[in-house]
Amino acid sequence: MKQQPSHGIRQEAGPVFHELRGKFPRIVRDGWQEPPLEVVVIEKDSIARVAGYLRESWGVAALMDLTVVDYQGYAGGKKPARFEVVWYFQSFESGRRIRIKAAVPDTDPVVPSLSGLYASADWLEREAWDMFGIGFTGHPGLRRILMYEEFSGHPLRKDYPLAKEQPLVEQVHPGVPPFGAKPKALGGE
Amino acid sequence: MMPETEKRTMQLNMGPAHPAMHGTVNIGLELEGERICGSEVGIGYMHRAFEKTVEHRSWNQVVPYTDRLNYVSPVINNVGYALAVEKLLGISVPERGVWIRTLMCEVSRVTDHLTCNGAMAMELGALTVFIWLIRAREILYGLLEEATGARLTVSWSRIGGVSADLTDKFLAGLPGAIREVRRAVSEGNTLLTGNRIFIDRTRGIGALSREDAVSHAITGPLGRASGLDYDVRRDLPYLAYDQVQFEVPLGEHGDVYDRFMVRVREIEQSLRIIEQCLAKLPGGPVGVDDQRVTLPAKDDVYSSMESLIHHFKLLMPGHGIRPPAGEVYQAVEGANGELGFYIVSDGSDRPWRIRVRPPCFFAMAALSKMIDGGLVADVPPVFGSVNMIAGELDR
Repeated sequence: MKQQPSHGIRQEAGPVFHELRGKFPRIVRDGWQEPPLEVVVIEKDSIARVAGYLRESWGVAALMDLTVVDYQGYAGGKKPARFEVVWYFQSFESGRRIRIKAAVPDTDPVVPSLSGLYASADWLEREAWDMFGIGFTGHPGLRRILMYEEFSGHPLRKDYPLAKEQPLVEQVHPGVPPFGAKPKALGGE
Repeated sequence: MMPETEKRTMQLNMGPAHPAMHGTVNIGLELEGERICGSEVGIGYMHRAFEKTVEHRSWNQVVPYTDRLNYVSPVINNVGYALAVEKLLGISVPERGVWIRTLMCEVSRVTDHLTCNGAMAMELGALTVFIWLIRAREILYGLLEEATGARLTVSWSRIGGVSADLTDKFLAGLPGAIREVRRAVSEGNTLLTGNRIFIDRTRGIGALSREDAVSHAITGPLGRASGLDYDVRRDLPYLAYDQVQFEVPLGEHGDVYDRFMVRVREIEQSLRIIEQCLAKLPGGPVGVDDQRVTLPAKDDVYSSMESLIHHFKLLMPGHGIRPPAGEVYQAVEGANGELGFYIVSDGSDRPWRIRVRPPCFFAMAALSKMIDGGLVADVPPVFGSVNMIAGELDR
């Protein structure tokens, strides 16, 4: 098998980064390439502007994915803020793929919504809200999507315990111990 | 004088448990007679916290969880995840491993398309076609069981290779299975594609334009039926896809009929790839010989101290496979679109975060657009053509 060219190793910043840097010098923080991707790090409040520009001049028409990473307690290097929101754009015409990242602090976990630009942003942003509690200003109906409305907290945050349970319904059969409870010895009353 | 009658719309819930909705999803319909004037899709009924759970598992322990994402084509999930971690580790699987992964991914894709087309035909009343396609699928499942030990929960891929080489029985049975699949698909086509009822129920139903497909980031057969010419296997080759010949079939109208036909033609292309893989299958090992990821041979573990230590070093909590800190995105062509694994590592033996890009999540977000304005009776075929897999949708 021929070796894959780079295995996602960082390479020098590419054309999209340089153009964005020239256009928005105060917004664009950093950039590099992980072929076939180009990565650009920006200020979180400017995502709508950057996305709009990418759409206009690079023909980037699809928001392929949006996700969040919670870096609380991360041991793999220093991170500027607790959360990092990751947008993943693609142009089907040129095949160009761009990943945009922005640091989002715990104290102000809000970024602009892209739901006006991309139809896929609607559900993706709802999921990011549901799982991480990241708010998206301008989203038409930001509510939970995978969890139920009565659920409290955001389960993919690192401080949400893995085994925590939030049962929706009261116990139906009072004789049956709750899930995970120590079984009582069998026998009479 | 006639009394004024009040005109109201009716609200109707389809799902999450409904005979025609295979999979747990809720569609709240707003009806005016039989016509749908509004709808809302509710998901999350099969949310099993995949992304949370895997943060507490070692790298190889994640593999069985990936089976349960798209459980109709689990091999593709296995391989996609393994490729992502291998990219992070910077290792390449030996040639035979690459080719048999390619082969198995395509077998898996065929089973997925057969299931989807069969179920869609069944929902339109063509039970015979369903039985024929599922019978062909069973033959492939039998082969998958021969190669992996399980029909659905295969857990076949390992980081750095696969669990075992293909058996002679598998290789001997494959050409016959390909013949059977071809026959079943062509028989099903004879019954359906010239069938007036089938055409009336599918042509122009649930149409999605190319612009909508792009805006919703819908990939896979669904996007291709709408004319979106994109296939990860061709545009971003992984495994051995750059060394085999295949075409990417496209539809024109993006309706249910086109989706059915795109899948039919993709089955043929996948069978072509399988045949090329069989012809080109090289010899050699199926996994890397890299001490960081590969378990030592059992004989050595029982007879030498070093191998025993090595074995435990790879399996004990807090030891194990340790990719360097960093992040990686690996896309593979899943059976219903681009399946992506975005993995962040902190350098420890457990993933810091694994994000799965589930292809049908994007299609389900556009379902309302496909069914609004249509009839209630069109919901099952449209829903069937989306090929929603709840395990992957809700994770």
